[in-house]
Amino acid sequence: MALLQISEPGLSTLPHQHRLAVGIDLGTTNSLVATVRNGISVVLNNGNGGAILPSVVRYLADGSVVVGEAAQAMQNEDAANTIVSVKRFMGRGLKEVGEISRLPYRFVGAPSPSVAPGNSQGGMVQLRTVAGVKSPVEVSAEILKVLRNTAETALGGELVGAVITVPAYFDDAQRQATKDAARLAGLNVLRLLNEPTAAAIAYGLDNAAEGVYAVYDLGGGTFDISILRLSRGVFEVLAANGDSALGGDDFDQRIHCWLLEKNRLSALGPQDTRLLLTHARAAKEQLTEHAETRITAALSNGEVIDNVLTRSEFHAMSQNLVEHTLQPLRRALRDAKLGVADIKGVVMVGGATRMPQVQHAVEEFFGQTPLTNLDPDKVVALGAAIQANLLAGNRSGGDWLLLDVIPLSLGIETMGGLAEKIIPRNSTIPTARAQEFTTYKDGQTAMSIHVVQGERELVSDCRSLAKFELRGIPPMVAGAARIRVTFQVDADGLLNVSAREMSSGIEAAITVKPSYGLSDAEITRMLQDSTQHAQDDMQARARREQQTEAQQLLEAVQHALEQDGDLLDQAERAQIEAYMGALRDTLQLTDHLAIKRAITALNDVTVSFAQARMDKSVAHVLAGKNIADLEIK
Amino acid sequence: MQLASFDFQQNHFQLFGLAQSYQIDIAQLEQQYRALQAQVHPDKSAHLPDAEQRLAVQRATLVNEAYQTLRSPLRRARYLLSLYGVDTQEENNTVMPLDFLMAQMEWREAVAEAQQAKDAATLDKLEVQIKRETRELEAQLAVKIDIEKSYAAAAGAVRKLRFMEKLAEEIHAAYDAIDL
Repeated sequence: MALLQISEPGLSTLPHQHRLAVGIDLGTTNSLVATVRNGISVVLNNGNGGAILPSVVRYLADGSVVVGEAAQAMQNEDAANTIVSVKRFMGRGLKEVGEISRLPYRFVGAPSPSVAPGNSQGGMVQLRTVAGVKSPVEVSAEILKVLRNTAETALGGELVGAVITVPAYFDDAQRQATKDAARLAGLNVLRLLNEPTAAAIAYGLDNAAEGVYAVYDLGGGTFDISILRLSRGVFEVLAANGDSALGGDDFDQRIHCWLLEKNRLSALGPQDTRLLLTHARAAKEQLTEHAETRITAALSNGEVIDNVLTRSEFHAMSQNLVEHTLQPLRRALRDAKLGVADIKGVVMVGGATRMPQVQHAVEEFFGQTPLTNLDPDKVVALGAAIQANLLAGNRSGGDWLLLDVIPLSLGIETMGGLAEKIIPRNSTIPTARAQEFTTYKDGQTAMSIHVVQGERELVSDCRSLAKFELRGIPPMVAGAARIRVTFQVDADGLLNVSAREMSSGIEAAITVKPSYGLSDAEITRMLQDSTQHAQDDMQARARREQQTEAQQLLEAVQHALEQDGDLLDQAERAQIEAYMGALRDTLQLTDHLAIKRAITALNDVTVSFAQARMDKSVAHVLAGKNIADLEIK
Repeated sequence: MQLASFDFQQNHFQLFGLAQSYQIDIAQLEQQYRALQAQVHPDKSAHLPDAEQRLAVQRATLVNEAYQTLRSPLRRARYLLSLYGVDTQEENNTVMPLDFLMAQMEWREAVAEAQQAKDAATLDKLEVQIKRETRELEAQLAVKIDIEKSYAAAAGAVRKLRFMEKLAEEIHAAYDAIDL
């Protein structure tokens, strides 16, 4: 419940105890886990001595799962069951995965039960494997489980939590999917951190940098540009832009297409498609060091392809991809109200920035040589670990403040299919905005609100995040009801929406479950299905944690009732007390999920109480903002 | 400042320890903002129980809101007038001097034409002009609010300033559109 009194600081931290926390770079191509050891951020090696885990997951018919190099080794042979670059599918619908025909998977567009009614775009894309239909969230969770294992083995203990990085330009659906995957992998997410910001932390703290920096992050499947001001321990993101569907993979695709054309090939099977993509990637990497490279491969029908690709040919075929990254760059600068001359340094992040044509383009744009002294593959994980260490409450490494932004505007659908912006892009998070709506028909008792994200004017050009309905509005004449909707973006960049009818106090609160996301029920089912880690001691630990949280919540609510009980009528108070009793009853149960459900229920039932307490204190802050922000047409 | 003393009742000026006036020391505002966020930001309580984290989100949200309000001359003026009980009526009072409205129409047409012609140089010029006009209105606001204390007249200037901001947004959008 919100707005409760605070317990003593450091309640759950024993003094001098180092709390194990990690930073995880869940990349399109590779994933890494890092931690701060003796004050230094280090990437953790897995059992095989390697630090980099290829983000490849292979499903076998017996239901077992192989992750990493072993899976990668089978990607040509068992392409349909070996998922590569799953990050590109996170929080995405079937229609948005553009290159379906060129990918060796059996896609399922099965809409999830959480799909908002009337949303024709369907739910998150899923993949059919020999082990059944898998959602990208489940596939990503397999990668995270391996990283968690690596960390717990290397550190010799359970993790307090993890910072997971996401592309700065990830929208709400993609962020939520990432957080769900972490949950599924049994990780406590301390924060979702934007990848360029993580890199800036690693770079800035290392170099005691001051001034405005640009982070150019071209990964395997995503492109981000962030403009940050570094000043006396404050990392302030001024603007972020990017393209969450542009990365090194697209350069592979260009070579792949070139191979198809050169050899007059069409309609390859999954195996040959993956084979050529693998060769394309190898050729791309070769061309970083060499002027030309030879590609030879034997297709499944016995046909042998043998082509020489020169660097200049490759540059020509990928030139528009490189140029495509410059537009977000210009936009980010405009949003930050800065010019190229204001940029003190340009930090390069992501394996794809190794390509010479990318470095040249960035150098030409900024008129300065980009900084490449940090390993572009590791800097994000290293920065995430530094932040994780801070968030876990280990103050050994000094103190700094990170002020990040929401990359894409949030809005709602208005008459005529237009999107009205509620929270503009590049707003510093956490942030909230309240907006009032009214009924347009006499006696109208329900209202539907469609939340979208994006910069375009038409709702159909933005991403649908969710639709939710406010029911039980007391019947009044048209225009008499006043429904205040509050949009709250938290420090993870995730949106929560709550709505309340001001004259009756009727409350509807939802966490935006994206149109492309998974419902809580689905996550719970997946958690129950994944019995791999569900040992009894973990159950016991989960139970203890839930018991602690339950007790804290009960105390807090009790305290709030004593302080502000007068804000409630008798029925409301009785309801809260009933839920408190129900929660107390679950404390004896062994099922931690039952406790959790009771916690959630009590939290839910106290939302309007919290709102009332908040209104009591801050109503004057949020009220009225909405009207002032109305567009003048 | 101790966290426990964080007071949601304070107005934005009090929150940052600033005198309640239109003209403020932006450098001091920034400094106070950072100092406050360094205490209330959710990152500072990520290791604490959920209830505390939620409280941190609300505090940091309020600090961000207050900072954004005071940093923007338009929003600062609107907010300050609201503290003095004056509604700027930007959504329903559209009575404007004719010459101002004519100038608005001309500017809008110029922006639209420049966008159509993909003429960044003209946009640059328009941006400079609009900035100049905006500064002029802001100077008027400082006099009307801080010196003359004629809040009704200041509300008129706020309405004009809102038009200018809208124009600035249109220019920004035009740059983005040209860049497609």
